[in-house]
Amino acid sequence: MKIGLEIHCQLTSLKTKLFCGCSSDYRGKTPNTFVCPVCLGLPGSLPVLNEKAVELAVMVALALNCEVAPQTFFVRKNYFYPDMPKNFQISQYDVGGSIAIASGGWVGFLVGKTRKTVRLRRIHLEEDPGKLFYHGTIDTSPYTLVDYNRAGIALLEIVTEPELEAPAEARAFLQKLRSILEHLGVSDGGLEGAMRCDANISIEGGGRVEVKNISSFKDVERALTFEIVRQRDLLKKGVKIQTETRHWDDVRRTTLSLRVKEEEQDYRYFLEPDLTPVRISQEMVELLRSRMPELPDARKERFLKAYGLPEYDAEVLTSDRAMADFFEECAKLYDKPKAVANWLMGDVLQCLHSLEVDIDQAKLAPQYLAEMLKLMDRGDISIKIAKKVLWEVMKHGKSPSTVVREKDWWRITDLQTLEGYIAQVFKEYPKAVEDALVDEKTIHYLIGKTMEATGGKADPELTNALIRKKLSQMKKGS
Amino acid sequence: MALSKRHISKEEVEHVAWLARLELSEEEKELYTQQFNDILDYFQKLNELDTEGVPPTLHVLELVNVFRKDEVKPSLPPEEALANAPRKRGRFFEAPRIL
Repeated sequence: MKIGLEIHCQLTSLKTKLFCGCSSDYRGKTPNTFVCPVCLGLPGSLPVLNEKAVELAVMVALALNCEVAPQTFFVRKNYFYPDMPKNFQISQYDVGGSIAIASGGWVGFLVGKTRKTVRLRRIHLEEDPGKLFYHGTIDTSPYTLVDYNRAGIALLEIVTEPELEAPAEARAFLQKLRSILEHLGVSDGGLEGAMRCDANISIEGGGRVEVKNISSFKDVERALTFEIVRQRDLLKKGVKIQTETRHWDDVRRTTLSLRVKEEEQDYRYFLEPDLTPVRISQEMVELLRSRMPELPDARKERFLKAYGLPEYDAEVLTSDRAMADFFEECAKLYDKPKAVANWLMGDVLQCLHSLEVDIDQAKLAPQYLAEMLKLMDRGDISIKIAKKVLWEVMKHGKSPSTVVREKDWWRITDLQTLEGYIAQVFKEYPKAVEDALVDEKTIHYLIGKTMEATGGKADPELTNALIRKKLSQMKKGS
Repeated sequence: MALSKRHISKEEVEHVAWLARLELSEEEKELYTQQFNDILDYFQKLNELDTEGVPPTLHVLELVNVFRKDEVKPSLPPEEALANAPRKRGRFFEAPRIL
């Protein structure tokens, strides 16, 4: 199986569009209020390239180990579709003398515990199309409504070689890519539609199928998995897989065959006569290189040295910028970095998944996690309670000590109270007590029942000691 | 490389017309096929020139790196933005349904 990806990411740190001064802050705004003659394609208007967009593209190219083209051009990609008012999109393509801004490159990432490297084909700059809306669904709507606020937003297209071999690999790659772009500060993947993806997939014995319209990285794994199952089913039935373009429906979570789109040669690419060539000098490349912030791989090395984390932990944490930031904030407040890493990669991640939020939008602040770990260290709460506290903090945004106080979850260390619970458990489970008198290993059952009776608040070690003491007294007594 | 006498077929004209969403009559198809071929004949004439070692002219002007700063400029007032729309609906441009 071979999977290749085309990632479209908006350069969200830009204030304006790629070729005009309209604001790029279009999300949630009234339709068609961030438009001008250039992005509406009105006659006589001329595009002028945003210098910062070129700089950001070069920085991305350097971060992804690409070769930056010394000279680059723009082309017109011609097609008739209402998402572009000009009937063409200004893009880059290696035809007609146009060269993409960067080519080659690679990204290294971790899939589970295995290292993998994927090569990149090229990176190019282009403009985002407008947004289309339908009355009801795309196939029954009597008309198309168009909002051009997004038209002309700077997009970077990143194309991989078809070297990914499973949906989970695609997801891990995208996660790492997002982390790199976020460390660079060029693109915020948390914004709706800021990072989108087309995937092409071919499985042994079948044609190449392209899946378009995957609007979030989370859906890439779903869309690919759906396609693989669909194609394998067809192959089993002896149906040949046609080379085609399909559309990901994120509501129904299926792929659909849509219209026959133009072939590449039908786009009639030609050089954009309204824009000049862009020369990128070696000095400019070096200047931008010197301004590059710390990237995930360097940060990972630092995590190994500064915090003594195992390589796996360092890789996982730095594959998500917000997660790495959270870790560092927390490690400042609590001096056992490995414990912080364990909690982040374990219970915190689990909570985030079930609450379906990213860590930077979660109600858990680094100081809360640090506070919870300190409560545990001091013996105020058990690990079992700590997990419950974490949930409460993440759901309600209250501090751990507030949660513990409100719920009365302090650890029971008072001997008399604990002995009371143990006596009750011994009374309720006489058979278990008999077993424990004969075979000491079965004592865990009684400990478990005591923990249960106290709602996890009993001090496990103290409980263990008290139960052993009680049992040995019983043995002597008999 | 020598081009054949008939460079462009009627089928290709039909395909290009489809790409441009144009409906052509039979006479027009014949006419445009002839005109395309006449134009390409002329290019064949140009092709006779030896351009070995001459870099392709991508732009007639010697300009490079014409940039603007990443600074927000005012957009069009809402009523002007939609003023030229053949059809509109609320704040949206309206287009036919396309599949």
